[in-house]
Amino acid sequence: MAVAALGSAPRVKVAPWNDPVVRGWVFQIVVVGLVAALAWYLVSNTIDNLNRQKIASGFDYLGREAGFEIGDTMIAYSPASTYARAIWVGILNTLRVAVLGIILSTILGTLIGVGRLSPNWLLSKICEWYVEAFRNVPLLLWLFLFYKLISEAFPGPRQAISVLWQSVFLSNRGLYFPVPMADPIHKWMGVALLVGIAGAVALHRWAKKRQEATGQPFPSISTGFGVAIGLPLLVWLAAGAPSTMSWPQLKGFNFEGGTVIQPEFTALLVGLVLYTSAFVAEIVRSGILALHKGQSEAAAALGLSRGQAMRLVLLPQALRVIVPPMTSQYLNITKNSSLAIAIGYPDLVASINVTINQTGQAIENILLIMAAYLSVSLSISAFMNWYNKRIALTER
Amino acid sequence: MSDDAVPVGERRQLAPPVDDSGALGWMRRHLFSSWSNGITTVVLVVAIGWILSNFLEWAVFTANLTAATGSECRGGGACWALIREKYRYIFFGSFPYEQHWRPLFAVIAMLAMLVLSADRRMWNWRLLVIWGVGSFVTFLLMFGQIHIPLSLFLFVALAVGGIGMNLRKAIANTGEMNTYRALAAVGLVGLVLRIVGILPAWSLAIAPLSYVETSLWGGIPVTMILATYGLAFAFPYGVLLALGRRSNLPLIKGLCVGFIELIRGVPLISLLIMASVMLPLFLPSGTTIDKFLRAQVAVILFAGAYIAEVIRGGLQSLPKGQFEAADAMGLSYPQKTLLIILPQALRVVIPPLINTFIGFFKDTSLVLIIGIFDFLNTANQALVDPNWAGFPGEVYLFAAFIYFIFCFSMSRYSKYLEVELNKGTRR
Amino acid sequence: MAAKAARDLSNVASVIELRSVNKWFGQFHVLSDINLDVKEGEKIVICGPSGSGKSTLIRCINRLEEHQAGDIIVDGVTLSNDVKNIEAIRREVGMVFQSFNLFPHLTILDNLTLAPIWVKKTPKKEAEEIAMSLLNRVRIPEQALKYPGQLSGGQQQRVAIARALCMRPKIMLFDEPTSALDPEMVKEVLDVMIELAREGMTMLCVTHEMGFARAVADRVIFMDRGEIVEQNEPEEFFANPQNERTKLFLGQILHH
Repeated sequence: MAVAALGSAPRVKVAPWNDPVVRGWVFQIVVVGLVAALAWYLVSNTIDNLNRQKIASGFDYLGREAGFEIGDTMIAYSPASTYARAIWVGILNTLRVAVLGIILSTILGTLIGVGRLSPNWLLSKICEWYVEAFRNVPLLLWLFLFYKLISEAFPGPRQAISVLWQSVFLSNRGLYFPVPMADPIHKWMGVALLVGIAGAVALHRWAKKRQEATGQPFPSISTGFGVAIGLPLLVWLAAGAPSTMSWPQLKGFNFEGGTVIQPEFTALLVGLVLYTSAFVAEIVRSGILALHKGQSEAAAALGLSRGQAMRLVLLPQALRVIVPPMTSQYLNITKNSSLAIAIGYPDLVASINVTINQTGQAIENILLIMAAYLSVSLSISAFMNWYNKRIALTER
Repeated sequence: MSDDAVPVGERRQLAPPVDDSGALGWMRRHLFSSWSNGITTVVLVVAIGWILSNFLEWAVFTANLTAATGSECRGGGACWALIREKYRYIFFGSFPYEQHWRPLFAVIAMLAMLVLSADRRMWNWRLLVIWGVGSFVTFLLMFGQIHIPLSLFLFVALAVGGIGMNLRKAIANTGEMNTYRALAAVGLVGLVLRIVGILPAWSLAIAPLSYVETSLWGGIPVTMILATYGLAFAFPYGVLLALGRRSNLPLIKGLCVGFIELIRGVPLISLLIMASVMLPLFLPSGTTIDKFLRAQVAVILFAGAYIAEVIRGGLQSLPKGQFEAADAMGLSYPQKTLLIILPQALRVVIPPLINTFIGFFKDTSLVLIIGIFDFLNTANQALVDPNWAGFPGEVYLFAAFIYFIFCFSMSRYSKYLEVELNKGTRR
Repeated sequence: MAAKAARDLSNVASVIELRSVNKWFGQFHVLSDINLDVKEGEKIVICGPSGSGKSTLIRCINRLEEHQAGDIIVDGVTLSNDVKNIEAIRREVGMVFQSFNLFPHLTILDNLTLAPIWVKKTPKKEAEEIAMSLLNRVRIPEQALKYPGQLSGGQQQRVAIARALCMRPKIMLFDEPTSALDPEMVKEVLDVMIELAREGMTMLCVTHEMGFARAVADRVIFMDRGEIVEQNEPEEFFANPQNERTKLFLGQILHH
């Protein structure tokens, strides 16, 4: 029996105000319109107020002389430098604390998280109390406490505590220690390090191929590490082991020479790391607990050692659960570093704050802060989305 | 082959080997089960013993509770006398001394509101009553005098009328619907007249106590108000953001995503600085905004974005069938969302919401940057007194202890709720 | 399934010996004075109510659980805390779990070749050949490059059996292998197990599938409350249960 071809369904006439598509667009336009109206109201007020108070606009102020001192700088800076440079110093300081904070809190947090799962009851309880103590108290309070303890516990530079035969000095102005004087050999050591790392990677590849072919495993991680560290060391030895150092000397009221870790930086770093480790520990612990018990049993039943099971079966699965919340903790460290302003560490927010006070140009400076932090957070978000897509377990 | 000597089933149930049970057995299993375990235990016991004995020496055995000035307190153990001297200031700031009962009861009122809000049995009109009464009591106690403007009454009339008309369209009888219509009409007309200026700016004055302005507020009440009302106002706007982010309408979705990512991408400090510096620029010159209100607005904006993400997680966890069933029944979008979707989504996210609240409670400490006297700031100020200089450890440890009590209780309550809430859902 | 003829195993060596094995979970006596001898090539089915200790028993054999008293000797090696012993035993004993426990982040082929490469140090190519031949034996060679999440329950369990077989074990332990499967997939797994049995593998199987027991088992053991209550050849066991508890249990499970 021939089946009659189905014609297209007849279009029903719908009154525009009942059509969901039309409704949707009307609603959107209304909402956007309201938001735009609000924005226009705020902007026109702002322009009004700025004109009234004779505040300049634009970013030209960035080229002007800053006129304020910054205590802790990674690059050369003086009050004669421009605002732009002052802000750049702030950015570098923020990055310094954030990167170190991320690395250290990952390590400490992982140790505490794993410690919490230890069969030793005492260790597990201590880790639990650590986590509860740091999670339930504001970060700012810890920063104040550490900063006050550090700056009041140590004497002034003239009575500084010295260790290691007068080479390292501890005072309330910071920890001064000697550093090697700049030497041309350092450049070659840097090159050697890069070559060493490349060599370690190549070694790892070769070891993997060899294992696939013959089944014999090779300790590529430890040897690779040795190569990466050993090569620069060899270069240094070959150049006669130059070891002239810059020594900190007490001159007047403070030390000169060597390099210093200041109490503000220390307090901020210690506070950030201890605080964030508590959260990282919980993330690691829940990642490990999320693993189905049967996975470790199956690995054990197959004869895999604990280390092999951890590396090949458990860790890859745990990382899936761990990485997303971990990246948001990294983001938190970056944002929490802005608390530096409360204890006097000159980070980005501190620099911008002084700039606002001196130039009065709040809008431009706020935009700078937002641009800086947003670029970090958006790139971390993008990375997380990419990572999640890549490692998603393939399912039906 | 089974044992021939004792018939099956009559074998007495043996107790486990002696060294495996009881306290000794527990210690053996949990503390000394292997060489590394045993060494760890010994090292930890020694380390903790040393730390604890030194700390107790300082904090308890040589502590000074009775000194009258700072110099008396020096040299020795912890100076808890400082706390004894200054605890009222640390807790309540510069609020008039004799009237400290007011902020105390305000804090209790806010705690009561929060605890009751998490109880699902209250999730209906009762919630509005709780918050209405609680907020009224809180602000009456803190300010001493309240002037309720006419606009607020009109707004409430409009809201009740509008929501009632929409939600109870199918159920209510004509009498009830007419009440809603009347309320909405009165509210709308009244507000229009008020904005245009025909109706005067009348307000209901309630003034049983003396007026205390916000610059004198300090300590725990400030922290609680910022956190509680931050959460209270951020909650509806967070829900709207979450719904908007999941919407199919591209402009709405774009606006919501952009706003959420913007707020979540910058630190709270920058928002606080923005609020204190830029808000005066945004408003017509001459309008001054109370500094406390500026901080509160910043906290609300900040909290909303984070709450939106938590609620979005809850919405995502709902099975698609719920949305489809609601649509199939012919419910409109507001009805579907308010009656079916949100109650389920919100129930799921109560524990993470409480965690978010604990986070805000701690984050309010940042307002000290813009000069608001929250609990951490008052503790800080207690150190500034030259008579009592030099005891940061005591003050900060005390403040940490108080924060700990608040936050730890809240997280325990959240865990308790998690168990309670799952009782209904587990098979 | 055709009933199995009784075998005379009196001259065959024992591969598993349990002597007076006792285990407690806290105060709960979960294994009570277990004595068991498993000969090479013997197929044993263990049944019993839940909580009887049958899973615990076989998990003690490859040290997934620790027994507190008594001896367990597998292929001449006494089970103890010595890591070397445990590893040696686990190389000879394969296990199939109720919840399959395939590694979800690896392909089927990688699941199978993981242990041979890392434990037996087999070159990759050889390991893959063994894996493919076993996948052929369980009749799903086309799934080699898929992920466990893409397979049905029955297919996953067959892969799990192939994964255990890749290590060329002497003994196979099965812990309720079909209990988590939908009914229509139970047969495909049992078929694989029956084939394995017919090829001469020593098998210790905790299961409720009595048809399987009738087809391949040399002995059926009934456990209850931590004790071995009764054991016999399948025909005798099902036809003439001696103990009251055995009769009760059989009455409960055999009516459908």
